[in-house]
Amino acid sequence: MHETIGVFRTRFPLSRTLESLVRDRAALFGGVMVIVLALVALLAPWLAPHDPVKQDFAQALSLPSAEYPLGTDAMGRCLLSRLIYGARISLAVGLLAGGLAAGIGTLIGLVAGYYGGLVDELLMRLTDILMAFPNLVFVLAVVGTLGPGLQNTVMALVALGWLNFARVVRGTTLSLKESEFVLSARALGFSNARIMGRHILPNVLGPVIVLATFDIPHTILAVAGLSFLGLGAQPPTPEWGAMLNAGRTYMRTYPLLMIAPGIMITLTVLAFNLLGNALRDALDPRRRGSAADL
Amino acid sequence: MLNYVARRLLLLVFILFGVALITFLLMHVVPGDHAQLVATYRYGFDDFSTDELKAVQEDIGADQPLHRQFILWLNHVLRGDLGYSFISGRPVTAEILARVPATLELATFSFLITVLIAFPLGIVSARRPYSWLDNIAMVSSLIGVAIPNFWLGLLLILVFSLTLGLLPVAGSGDLAHLILPSITLGSGMAAVSTRLIRASLLDVLEQDYIATARSKGLGEGVVFRRHALRNALIPVVTVLGLQLNHLIGGTVIIETVFARPGVGKLIVDAIQARDMPVLQGCVLFLALTFSMINLLVDISYAFLDPRIRYGGGQR
Repeated sequence: MHETIGVFRTRFPLSRTLESLVRDRAALFGGVMVIVLALVALLAPWLAPHDPVKQDFAQALSLPSAEYPLGTDAMGRCLLSRLIYGARISLAVGLLAGGLAAGIGTLIGLVAGYYGGLVDELLMRLTDILMAFPNLVFVLAVVGTLGPGLQNTVMALVALGWLNFARVVRGTTLSLKESEFVLSARALGFSNARIMGRHILPNVLGPVIVLATFDIPHTILAVAGLSFLGLGAQPPTPEWGAMLNAGRTYMRTYPLLMIAPGIMITLTVLAFNLLGNALRDALDPRRRGSAADL
Repeated sequence: MLNYVARRLLLLVFILFGVALITFLLMHVVPGDHAQLVATYRYGFDDFSTDELKAVQEDIGADQPLHRQFILWLNHVLRGDLGYSFISGRPVTAEILARVPATLELATFSFLITVLIAFPLGIVSARRPYSWLDNIAMVSSLIGVAIPNFWLGLLLILVFSLTLGLLPVAGSGDLAHLILPSITLGSGMAAVSTRLIRASLLDVLEQDYIATARSKGLGEGVVFRRHALRNALIPVVTVLGLQLNHLIGGTVIIETVFARPGVGKLIVDAIQARDMPVLQGCVLFLALTFSMINLLVDISYAFLDPRIRYGGGQR
């Protein structure tokens, strides 16, 4: 009984979340990295020394200099500027796809879990079918159909990504539906929409936030991978995966073109994963200190 | 048990029908007229008359309603006929089957490397949690998860092929061509598996029966081997099954990086060439393979753990 009340009242223990985030050094590193990346993305026009798509063939493949701190690519474009603008694209795409998937998935999961019946049955069967495709194969099928491009890649990722959110939210909703505070809200005659929005939604928000934190690096990796295959971001977009692919041609002469974007992708994904691990531990105290699983 | 298998098989039929339907529908929302595409392939761009286009439409059933087209198409698929490639003109089924060995080879070796890295590392980490070895293993697995596999592949090429000249850059053939791709793919999967094996072991070590085993005076080594390891293995089997998703996705990317002529490379090339029949065939083939292996994993899992057989069969 006591526990139920506790869960009901402190549904979002912000101070505790922050406290354990700071205590954990890895989490701190992840958090700081995410903030730095976000700042780089936001301030790109002021930080980048050059226009990321401006070509200067006279300077093509030049080594680092005062003018071009990290040198230039085969088109004579400033590598540093392209890396900086790449943060914009990766973060924007990650947040957009993650946010859309989270929004759609939460809504569907909430409705399916709360009403059950046909909606729920449809969701579960659709889940079964979509899960029969290996993730990347499904994304490739959608991108292959709609045609290569960043926008289509995001659509493909959302078309698959919402499933995870829907399943988690559905599960939590199912168990909350029978809880005392929902039953009493119903006894008070509140509308279904109000119960879902005011009473259940705040309680599923924790898992959704954790899932979203992991969905962002997933998306960033997937977009980089598809761009690497030439199916995501198209030239001259300064996207890290696409830059990596363009740089591999000059692996012998100027390997930094291939190495630098890879470092950026790895750091970004690592930062979000660390933050996600910490958020999960913080929002789910039962897991705290236990096995450091993924 | 038989009941469980029958239920799963029935579900599989339903799922595969859904998979076929989605694949079919995807290809029919392709921008542009499907018959036009086929006609372009047969007669060359803009090089066909209205009559010829009409003949093509009749041929592929484009003049019939969508559900009739689906049934027509499904009929062909069930007989193993996936149509003809727009590019090579060869049957799609033959194109795919010719590519399977290269992919299978890569997948097997990668999986082997995953197991060889993840098991020893996960076990050692769980035995001495928070020791320096565990810390190193956990940090490298965190980094391993974050490194994009296509980048790792290129880095390995840079070091071992271009700089040291030890291994071939790309292509396929002998064992030497297989080393870098399998390490690339296998180590990435090992990064995830190591953490899961460690976590699974640590969970088991907290159980009451472990305390019991310890309290009756068994040595830590015996407790670990006889009680912890065995019970931790069941979730690990599913975990390795889950890795199949990464494995198939990984082959697509790694085959492209190392220019290996597998199914993954075929699918990427098909997308770039807008070769719809090949794309459709590959998607269907990979989804089918994936579902079948998953079914096998599920059944063997149920075989290992009676709680699943009687648990209503829900995942």
